[in-house]
Amino acid sequence: MYRSPFANDMYAELDRLQREMSRAFEYSPSIRGAVRGGFPAMNVGGAPESVEIYAFAPGIDPATIEVQIEKGVLTVAGERPASLPAGDSKASVHIDERFAGSFRRVVTLPEDADPDAVTARYRDGVLHISIQRRETSLPRRISVQ
Amino acid sequence: MNDQTDVARNDESKAAAQAALTPPVDVFEDATGITLLADLPGVPKDALHLQVEAETLTIEGEVRLEVPEGMEATHAEVGLPRYRRVFTLSRELDTEKVSAEFRNGVLTLRIPKAEHAQPRRIEVEVA
Repeated sequence: MYRSPFANDMYAELDRLQREMSRAFEYSPSIRGAVRGGFPAMNVGGAPESVEIYAFAPGIDPATIEVQIEKGVLTVAGERPASLPAGDSKASVHIDERFAGSFRRVVTLPEDADPDAVTARYRDGVLHISIQRRETSLPRRISVQ
Repeated sequence: MNDQTDVARNDESKAAAQAALTPPVDVFEDATGITLLADLPGVPKDALHLQVEAETLTIEGEVRLEVPEGMEATHAEVGLPRYRRVFTLSRELDTEKVSAEFRNGVLTLRIPKAEHAQPRRIEVEVA
């Protein structure tokens, strides 16, 4: 946490408050943004030894999902076929909310993510990508001589 | 939209004890019944609960993900581990014959219409 060196510096306090607010609301996200509501929905988490990405992409043949890492950017792309009946059939559509069509989402990876140690698994409609962190970035105890 | 069916947005769940996400659905109807598709990613088969009671259809599912030890979420769009959605069915649907399939996180429900509610062609007599 940021602390002012002067206990009663009001401006520093305001500055700190603003900094914390903007962090809480992700006011300054990366240039690629973090568009909510896109398909697939994504959860990203960081573990001590890996970065975990969960893409909620139900109803897709895992063989058609394209996962790519290039220059520290992860791309998940694919296509979800429409399941509603074609317009010329005699069926009537009451609710149409599910996503259909091609999709592409991009996630910026942390610098220590190792693009050569990636596993991707598709289960229950969730694509789980696990990327190991490079060993050099793992916390290491340095002995003092 | 067809006024004859009540399979419509009716999300006021009666037992809203826990907060849950509303899964997106597709609903379409043909001459013999109604088909409902719901996206429930992350729900294994044994954590999906379907219930038809009187004229209420309830779809509930619990999200179970493999999470490594010590993981902290940094960005979460699926922010709750639960889905729930409730629909009111209409009387001409045969709730005894509902069939369900759950694959890759997509639930497909087929609710046939009762025999007497199937369409009949009415002959027009010329006097």
